[in-house]
Amino acid sequence: MPREHYLNATYGIRSWLLTTDHKRIALLYLVSVTFFFFVGGAFATMIRIHLLTPTGLLVTPETYNKLFTMHGVAMIFFFLIPSIPAVLGNFLLPIMIGAKDLAFPRINLLSWYIYLVGGGFVLYSFSTGGLDTGWTFYTPLSSVYSNSAVTPAVIGVFINGFSSILTGLNFIVTVHTMRAPGMTWFRLPLFVWAQYATSIIFILGTPVIAITLLLAGLERMFHLGFFNPALGGDPILFQHLFWFYSHPAVYIMILPAMGVISEIIPTFARKPIFGYSFIAGSSIAIAVIGFFVWAHHMFLTGQSTYSALAFSLLSYLVAIPSAVKVFNWTSTLYKGSISYDTPMLYALGFIGLFLIGGLTGLFLACLGLDIHIHDTYFVVAHFHYIMVGGAVMGYVGGLHFWWPKITGKLYPEALARIAAVVLFIGFNLTFFPQFLLGYLGMPRRYHSYPPEFQVLNVMSTAGASILALGYLLPMIYLTWSMRYGRVAGRNPWPATGLEWQTDSPPLTENFEVTPEVTWEPYDYENRPDLGLAIKGTPTLAHGDD
Amino acid sequence: MHRTGELFGQYKTMEQQRETASLGMWIFLSTEVLFFGGMFMTYTLNRSTYPDIFSEASKTITLWLGAVNTIVLIASSLTMAMAVWSSQAGKKKLLTIFLIATLVLGCVFLGIKGVEYHQKYVEHHIPGWNYQFEANADVATNAHTQLFFSLYFAMTGLHALHMIVGAGLLIWLIKESMRGRFTPAYNTPVENIGLYWHFVDIVWIFLFPLLYLIDRH
Repeated sequence: MPREHYLNATYGIRSWLLTTDHKRIALLYLVSVTFFFFVGGAFATMIRIHLLTPTGLLVTPETYNKLFTMHGVAMIFFFLIPSIPAVLGNFLLPIMIGAKDLAFPRINLLSWYIYLVGGGFVLYSFSTGGLDTGWTFYTPLSSVYSNSAVTPAVIGVFINGFSSILTGLNFIVTVHTMRAPGMTWFRLPLFVWAQYATSIIFILGTPVIAITLLLAGLERMFHLGFFNPALGGDPILFQHLFWFYSHPAVYIMILPAMGVISEIIPTFARKPIFGYSFIAGSSIAIAVIGFFVWAHHMFLTGQSTYSALAFSLLSYLVAIPSAVKVFNWTSTLYKGSISYDTPMLYALGFIGLFLIGGLTGLFLACLGLDIHIHDTYFVVAHFHYIMVGGAVMGYVGGLHFWWPKITGKLYPEALARIAAVVLFIGFNLTFFPQFLLGYLGMPRRYHSYPPEFQVLNVMSTAGASILALGYLLPMIYLTWSMRYGRVAGRNPWPATGLEWQTDSPPLTENFEVTPEVTWEPYDYENRPDLGLAIKGTPTLAHGDD
Repeated sequence: MHRTGELFGQYKTMEQQRETASLGMWIFLSTEVLFFGGMFMTYTLNRSTYPDIFSEASKTITLWLGAVNTIVLIASSLTMAMAVWSSQAGKKKLLTIFLIATLVLGCVFLGIKGVEYHQKYVEHHIPGWNYQFEANADVATNAHTQLFFSLYFAMTGLHALHMIVGAGLLIWLIKESMRGRFTPAYNTPVENIGLYWHFVDIVWIFLFPLLYLIDRH
């Protein structure tokens, strides 16, 4: 361990709450998104317990509505969207491009405080009557009829949006202006490309949800009629504006995870990544095309057949850059020297689950089929394969991959591998039955179901308890490793990125001298300087521990 | 407070610091376009649904006050542009004068806006608050004209909020300018706040015809 690093450079609560160090802010985010993950997880647990019996085991129908709504709001706005960008992105982006910090360190801290204020409003809503509109806040239910605490929740999500916008702005400017000498655009790690693409959605999509929720909030507070048909407004307009952000928001969740996978795969296949520029370009393509597919959430609103047709075709287009990534990752594995370290298990799991999630997305983009499975558990299963099987697997995999860099310590590898497998099994057992349930016609968001669906629901609940174990294990051993883990050294895997050439944990300024980049990315064949050939031997550069 | 043109630790050169700030401001303004865009979309849809109602409701706003405000705001953009030029040319006195002129014009705009809002209050045209379009207006007319006024207040209100933020920034600029902080080598805050001010003006250039000039020919 280096004698001085960003964790021990200064002490005291003020040095954390007023820090402008991107690495410390990343850790502040890590703690807060983990908190919201467990809040959302608690609601999910109650949902799954409730659905053990056809008539519902636990709560009243009204409470059930609140459970799935609060699960969605906590998970989407306060965990999934900030998770990889604000934790891993914040920590890694400046180091990966050889900068001392983000372009605007104080704005970075501000965005964390905005997140906290937004989160505070939402928790206030949850604890004073709850929220029962669905995470989608559809009007006029949210703006007129709901008796739950909609107003503070809308204010909270509105405020939280500015946290995303500022993070996106910071990342884009940083990538443009803060790169180290020699770090050209096509030498950027693919994780950075993914963060850049995500940031485009942050800055162009988030303002639209902000204004939409503002209008819906004004409508509720002052009885206006923007989206209320009783007063001449148009509820479908709300859905258009909502999904204009909220479909791209799905790519906010999955793109950064794809970036993580693009880092892990070449490291543990000991090969340069296949088709670097195509993976980089496909991130941008997903971000751009993602803005033109939103109305596939609205095939049943009575929109014109022609516009539905156009949105259906455009939605299919997203499959192309997504498939480009999957094929390129697979090609990277081909004839690679693969080792199954924990991050790699998550990456391989990601590919499989994303494949299922992505392909079932095509079912839903298909006009005719979507009418059959619209608003059923098929949709629930599909987006959990993308968001949990994809985004969360990527996030947890990334945490494992960079944990030695963040904390300077190694986690217990054997236990971590077991946890990864437990998570994978638990996930599939939870959500695969939901595909079947949906296809058989079980609608989402109902508190009860016909008795013939019970077997599949019990399977899903059983899976959820295994899944919960799969999340608790890393939580425990990662925390344990901060104190008792073996010292990691600079480059434990070893990997080629710039972040692996500085200390673990890094200095406050990231590098002693600004690095100069003279090599191509993922060049696992021509980097003897990193000792890459001798896999598995940690290079203890500053080994004074 | 940082002295004139201090280099922050994360940058290597002043040039890099300036470019970074400028790019950041442009990206921020692009988010603002989308932010207002949602409301323009809502306006467009409602106007195409209720063209006659919108025309009728629009005629109750005082045109000449809006027109004067448009001129005031364009003039403030001019003084802001002159302020940016003064800071680049190193004319410190002139910079302060132009900044104060911009602030005064901005306040005049807000004052006139306040007069207009008061008129609407007197006429019972504030949505959701004793709203009555005309003495004997039917339920549908009341509801649909109220949509127009909801948009009127939401759009001009959000614009006014941006003006107030801009005025706050101008006050800070004037204070710093009087301390002689801005030089030809370092005037990034003047330029960036100038960009923001122009953006807020441009929003008004769209709002004025959309809200005041429906069928007025």
